[in-house]
Amino acid sequence: MSEADRSIVRLDGVEKHFGAVRALTGVDLSVAPGECLGLVGHNGAGKSTLMNVLAGIFGPDQGSITVRGVDSTAGYTVAAAKQQGVRCVFQELSLCPNLTVAENARVMHPALKGFGWRRRAAELIARKLDEVFPGHGIASREIVGDLSIAKRQMVEIARAFTVTEAPADLVILDEPTSSLDSVVAEQLLAFVRHHVAAGGACILISHLLGEVLSTADRIVVLRDGAVVDVRPAADFTRDSLVSAMGSVAEGGVADGDGFTSKRRGGSPKVRARPAGRTTGPELVAHAGEIVGLAGLAGHGQTDMLIQLHSARRKASASLQVDGPVSLVAGDRQTDGIFPLWSIAGNITIRSIRHMLHHALIDADAEQEMARRWQQRIGIRTPDVNNNILSLSGGNQQKALFARALASDAEIVLMDDPMRGVDVGTKQEVYGIIRDEAANGRTFVWYTTEMDELKHCDHVYVFRDGGIVADLARDEMTEEKLLHSSFEAA
Amino acid sequence: MIATLLSPRFLRNALPALSLTVLLLAIFQLQPRTMSYFGLNLLLNLALPIAFATIAQMCIITVNDLDLGIGSYVGLVAAIGATWLNETPLLGVAALLGCILIYAALGALIHLRNLPSIVVTLGMSFVWLGMALLVLPTPGGTVPGWIRAIMTLKTPFLPFTIYAAVAVGVIVHFGLMRSAYGTVLRGAGGNPRSVARAGWSLLRTKVTMFALAGFFGMLSGLSLIGLTTSADANIALRYTLLSIAGVILGGGEFVGGRISPIGAVIGAMTLTLAASFLTFLRLPPDWQIGAQGGILIVVLAFRAVINRAEARR
Repeated sequence: MSEADRSIVRLDGVEKHFGAVRALTGVDLSVAPGECLGLVGHNGAGKSTLMNVLAGIFGPDQGSITVRGVDSTAGYTVAAAKQQGVRCVFQELSLCPNLTVAENARVMHPALKGFGWRRRAAELIARKLDEVFPGHGIASREIVGDLSIAKRQMVEIARAFTVTEAPADLVILDEPTSSLDSVVAEQLLAFVRHHVAAGGACILISHLLGEVLSTADRIVVLRDGAVVDVRPAADFTRDSLVSAMGSVAEGGVADGDGFTSKRRGGSPKVRARPAGRTTGPELVAHAGEIVGLAGLAGHGQTDMLIQLHSARRKASASLQVDGPVSLVAGDRQTDGIFPLWSIAGNITIRSIRHMLHHALIDADAEQEMARRWQQRIGIRTPDVNNNILSLSGGNQQKALFARALASDAEIVLMDDPMRGVDVGTKQEVYGIIRDEAANGRTFVWYTTEMDELKHCDHVYVFRDGGIVADLARDEMTEEKLLHSSFEAA
Repeated sequence: MIATLLSPRFLRNALPALSLTVLLLAIFQLQPRTMSYFGLNLLLNLALPIAFATIAQMCIITVNDLDLGIGSYVGLVAAIGATWLNETPLLGVAALLGCILIYAALGALIHLRNLPSIVVTLGMSFVWLGMALLVLPTPGGTVPGWIRAIMTLKTPFLPFTIYAAVAVGVIVHFGLMRSAYGTVLRGAGGNPRSVARAGWSLLRTKVTMFALAGFFGMLSGLSLIGLTTSADANIALRYTLLSIAGVILGGGEFVGGRISPIGAVIGAMTLTLAASFLTFLRLPPDWQIGAQGGILIVVLAFRAVINRAEARR
């Protein structure tokens, strides 16, 4: 196979599991010099996992990694990947905020040492910044923590292309343009073409289909941890790419049939405008509605939820929340569970104020509530008094749902709560949410999964901290969602 | 020019030096006789051991850990210095090297087992104290002549302490802030994952920083007994909190690898002077520790104000 010999990196049948979640289920992929490979897929299709495998951070559970025709599966570590010229720009920024731009270049390059390394590092990164982003306005002695997010991302991208000892043959860019404005993003894509024309290779992971279609030579479509389509970019159109990515390309995200607006009368339960905005659309939610917050991750959705959650203490004209509120956290480990407590304790914490008996918690009422919700929501445990960590991730998340639903909250806020939850559990929880909404509860649901939006009556698309679109279920399509998420400012 | 001088970043960096200057001027005002070679020597001679201990603490804070055992460790070094190092120098040197190795091993343990450093070092503080009591059960001992000679060196123009403190600050500044590997060490405090992804060993950075802490802790103990001429296991217990206060006062932060070696030395001197300042104010000793805390709070409040001004920008 001549192509196998030519390729820089080649994956065969790579699988990766995280507990019950199968992140990659047999991926074949190869990248040749002089090629830009586009990698697209929904949130959770396995792009980031695949990238971590290529970077040597996760070893694959199954399958092989071949580097320049040599099987390197064993011992393919971060250092080995770097030595072979594989570089990554991760989606979450990975610069050291306490160091200067030049010092961050040094961290990446062991060769920058000895007398005068500071000057050499500064020149190296400044030259690359000039090359990739002309007119960037970043001084190499600036502390990274003082830079704006966009500038940090520019530094990180430029750093990935700098070369001292090891080559930069294959640069993997994960959502590189997510915080860049359109002019700077164009500069980057032009540089990627330039890099590829000079014999390098790139893997471009992006939600921006136009960007991938115009820049990549070949596009790989991932879905549920497997490659479902590979074709030259010229053979794809935006529509065919979308239909390859998901099962929802034709028609709406949801079927609009039978959609009846719940907004016929009465005042809304929630009315809010994003913080810092005085004009523009408001978020509105009525009783019994499920309202989705969509758009790219980190564009103000979580801030909106926090704003709603603290509305009781900080009421203002642009913020009206009518009724008790409860929040279902998305990041279980940091702001969800109490890891030392029992399942029962985790479920009832939101409600113990109503279970007081002479200033002490009524243990029987607490147990009763925990048991009732364990059965109602199907938490798989022999005993609710077991430690919360004895549950699988999906069941821990169910406990967090139980905490919110068991409370007196009329408005339930959800901060992308299905991250890393298996499919079966998701379906159960969707059912519970629909039932509770039918009983009159209001849900405000931030989600990064397109599929989940089809459960929503109304979807608000966020971009740059503001609301840019307000779609009712019967007018919601994936294209509209993508369009408003990515429209140039 | 004025804009630069009033910019939050400059103010933040200048704050430690500014507070030291203000304190020094206040002392000169209260007691003009301190404005002499002899007076400065009396004011500052205990600053050097504290400066070493502060640098040791700063090494640990660089990698997002905290050392609650540095005070009793300094006490152990003092005990070894006043006994074995004097009587059987070879054994003394071996024991001190062994202490540094134990520090390095602590760093490895904390990294490999992912333990909270506060717990490990707090536990070790009792181990160090116990060892010090075994080596030197009652206060006393004799300090080797050469340590005494170094610490009582008569230097021209300014007391030895000042030269030594400046030298320590500058050397550590070049080692941690300017050198190539020092950058990686600080990076490991700022974003460990990114440093690991760049192919560096986090174990090595942690072991290096803990070993350095052990080394500077040793210098602290030896310089201390050079001044006191005898040792006591409990001689430096208060150094634990003083060193933490010194690092923070000098512009360092508990997490994120943001440190300043020169600032840390200045912080240690400020703390030393604060005690004298309160004595000159004729404040009763009962109130002095509380008042020292008050000075700390004032300086840190200034920093919080500056940081806020920066965030608002």
